[in-house]
Amino acid sequence: MLSIELENISKRFGERTVFENINLKLESPASLAVIGPNGSGKSTLLKIICGLIRPTQGKVRIKVDGQEIKKEGHRAIFSIVASDIELYEELTALENLGFISRLRDSQHSEIELNQKLEQVGLKGREHEPVGLFSSGMKQRLKYAVALSVSPQILILDEPSSNLDAEGVFLMEKIIEEQKKVGMVILATNDLKETQYARQTYKLVN
Amino acid sequence: MWKLVLFLLMSYVIVAAYLNPAPQQSLGEVSRIFYFHVPVAWISVLAFLVSMLNAVRYLKTRDMLYDLKSSSAAQIGLLFAFLATVSGSIWASVSWGSYWNWDPRQVSIFILLLIYGAYFALRSAIMENEKKATLSAVYSILSFIAVPFLIFVIPRVFESLHPATSVVDENLKITMSPRVSLVFFPSLVGFTVLFFWIWSLQVKISQATELKKGG
Amino acid sequence: MPGKLINWSTKVVAIFKKEIKSEFRTRYAFNSLVMFSVVTLTILSLAVGQFALNDSVKSALLWVVLFFASMSGLAQVFIKEEERKTVSYLKFSASPNLIFLGKFFFNLILLFILEIITVPLFLILFEVRVQSWNLFLAVLFLGSVGLASATTIIAAIVSKTNLKGTLLTILSFPLLLPVLGISIQGTKVAVIGAPFYSGLAEIKFLVSYIVVMLTASLLLFETVWME
Repeated sequence: MLSIELENISKRFGERTVFENINLKLESPASLAVIGPNGSGKSTLLKIICGLIRPTQGKVRIKVDGQEIKKEGHRAIFSIVASDIELYEELTALENLGFISRLRDSQHSEIELNQKLEQVGLKGREHEPVGLFSSGMKQRLKYAVALSVSPQILILDEPSSNLDAEGVFLMEKIIEEQKKVGMVILATNDLKETQYARQTYKLVN
Repeated sequence: MWKLVLFLLMSYVIVAAYLNPAPQQSLGEVSRIFYFHVPVAWISVLAFLVSMLNAVRYLKTRDMLYDLKSSSAAQIGLLFAFLATVSGSIWASVSWGSYWNWDPRQVSIFILLLIYGAYFALRSAIMENEKKATLSAVYSILSFIAVPFLIFVIPRVFESLHPATSVVDENLKITMSPRVSLVFFPSLVGFTVLFFWIWSLQVKISQATELKKGG
Repeated sequence: MPGKLINWSTKVVAIFKKEIKSEFRTRYAFNSLVMFSVVTLTILSLAVGQFALNDSVKSALLWVVLFFASMSGLAQVFIKEEERKTVSYLKFSASPNLIFLGKFFFNLILLFILEIITVPLFLILFEVRVQSWNLFLAVLFLGSVGLASATTIIAAIVSKTNLKGTLLTILSFPLLLPVLGISIQGTKVAVIGAPFYSGLAEIKFLVSYIVVMLTASLLLFETVWME
């Protein structure tokens, strides 16, 4: 049983305080939608949760069955899909997938990796350099990469960005599946997307 | 109270430096600069050490106060290094005939200036305060680690014109005459106290300016 | 423990291979690095002209070229990740030290490949006849490892700033001066034909520099990486 707790999280960039004193607790299975106007710090909060950004104050605590996991171990629990995080454009889809899953200790055979690409609708494009992909295809690949490591917590920043109708359908399936096995934390501008999550957290400017 | 003592001490040093016989008769009157140049050079190195130690404390505690202390020490260190370079080259022009010879000590103080300069160049290339503090702290430590290697390399690569044994010789015994020591060591102490005083003032001023900006 | 070591080394190798692959396909650094070195050598050779240089000066010129080549080509291993926004995947994927090592080895190989091209060119252009090849190659090898070790960690720092390229040279020079100074001396000693053991002091110095720098880099890298 996985739990994640935000204790008094604040973030300041120079003079500007983005947010302060955020306290949250989630226990899996759980799903959270972070909403708020532009500039309220949704992306920043998500990145603090998964450890990409250091908070100015406060701590993120993750516990598995009551035992706290040290910060070095946080990395292995998350996967993130975000529009400002890109894959390697000179590598092919398969190479990106293989590289990142190998670094995350997820050993997959090439057949398994191909299957994952097929699941996100990229069959036939495995050996193309990602630089040639459309933005929608890149987004799908990001999902494939995120899921290939079987994360316990999936972080999605603007989950449906660049996706066509079929892609959105795929995304919904992915979210539903992830909610069953772990946690989903998403950030969105679109109020409709809060339906994907059981809880909502609103950030104000 | 101690400020009065410092004042008296430095006054004594300044007067005695001129009244006492010149430290090195062979070089004449100009060797009096010894009483100022050498302590100033030692302080520029001390400031580097102080800056590095506070950088380490910043990285451990993430308290911006230590970053402030570290960068303030570096500012003063830069100033002292500059003063040491200038006083040294004045002395050099009189004793050795030219202002700059790439003598090992000159190279060392110059490298120290470069390190301080690099430190501040790094700081000015970063906008966010925490990033600035973290990255410059790391550089402070890295450059300090390079110092032992620099100390080894520089004398091997450059030939020395410096009066090598004017303070401490190979056996680490003081080679100055008692009369000279009477002025030199107070000078050293006085400058050291001066450094710590200026440093604490600088930190306080910066803190006050920060408060004023915020409020 | 051995299992962990194997795990770590496969990851370092994976990162190293990815860098090679990326570099091979884009030739981002390699082309400009080679051209830069060739141009610098050419300029120096033209500037010197018929003037006879002694071995000390020639040794110094070699290391000047290698220094500037390192400044020009060894930073992109981090700068590229920041500029193309691929950093975050790496941050998640592996322990920072493994990332550092993978990139360090890549920088090292890049530098070696560059030297295979530029060092013979240097020896020809400046008419250098090396007498003690084993010492010459040892100093070249260790000096390059020294260059790569300090440059890689500084590149990581600089990749997080606004100024990058210029800043790299300013920050690296004080740290690299020991390597340059000793390598120049060792190279000269090798050129004039001294036996291997007379260069031992230089070799020991370079080895200790490399050990200290790499250790410090590994200890400090995570702090820089997570900014």
